[in-house]
Amino acid sequence: MDTRSFAHGVKSAVPIVLGYIPIGFAYGVIARGIGLTVPEATAMSILVYAGSAQFIATGLLAAGAGPMTIIATTFLVNLRHLLMSAALLPGLRHLSPKLLAVLSFGITDESFAVASLELENARNAGSFLLGLNLTSYVSWIASSAGGAWFGSLFPDTDRFGLDFALPAMFIALLIFQIREHRYWVVAILAGIASVGLALLLPGNWNIILATLVGATVGMVMER
Amino acid sequence: MRLTLLLLYTGMALVTYLPRMLPLVLLSRIGLPLWLRRWLSYVPVAVLAALLLPSITMVDGRLFLVPSNKFLIVSLPTFLVAARTRSLVLTVSFGIITMFLFKVWFPG
Repeated sequence: MDTRSFAHGVKSAVPIVLGYIPIGFAYGVIARGIGLTVPEATAMSILVYAGSAQFIATGLLAAGAGPMTIIATTFLVNLRHLLMSAALLPGLRHLSPKLLAVLSFGITDESFAVASLELENARNAGSFLLGLNLTSYVSWIASSAGGAWFGSLFPDTDRFGLDFALPAMFIALLIFQIREHRYWVVAILAGIASVGLALLLPGNWNIILATLVGATVGMVMER
Repeated sequence: MRLTLLLLYTGMALVTYLPRMLPLVLLSRIGLPLWLRRWLSYVPVAVLAALLLPSITMVDGRLFLVPSNKFLIVSLPTFLVAARTRSLVLTVSFGIITMFLFKVWFPG
């Protein structure tokens, strides 16, 4: 353990923490709004630790989806971390598999972005990443718990428009994902397919099926 | 804490952790095929759209494409705010406040 590199990691996590506080807070409020208790909302942040997947899971829970649907959707949404994990490997291959197994828990879009920029400047890559990931993780849990607690103060949240928090969140996340016109095509197709399949099929399989259709069309268009 | 939720979280945790862990621990230097990387890059936008559209166009399993659908109406300016501000917090705040005002002005 290299304390200076750990501190370097903690310091590098500051922009991540500033980003996680409002998002974690929003997650907590929404999770509370769909009927999770404060410990239940917080436990998801502790165990899963994946922002967008947690929002999507709350949306699915609110829609009454079953566990298999939620787990399969979580898998699809978080599969992208395969790429990030693989991309971090060259700078970390000298570390022990045990340490890598611990550090990899903390790979998120944000921690990956910072690590891929800053890892080469760290004296000790393992300690740096531990400081970075641990700080980000703790801030996510704390802000989720804070949001859920805040949500408890307002029992009838729908009256205050909070029932629109989840759609608004999806709208924002969707807009941020649009990098070029092709992404609009994928979004519109997946959205229409999802509505169409929801009208035809029971349960919530429309979401996974529409995602598969949308992503495949996007991939084919890129050829 | 409901046991069903704990089981659900455990499943979610597993499918989240494995893709984060396996490449780092098991593989020396994998190169994911290009088609898979492309496919994965479209998954988030597709899943968000697949969640969003039914939530603003349907009520109780039926299409609800009418002006009295508050979710649909409020979504339109919310899209603009998201595109202009590129801020999650501003977009959600705008959406909640607009929905609140809508409910005050047009109850029922």
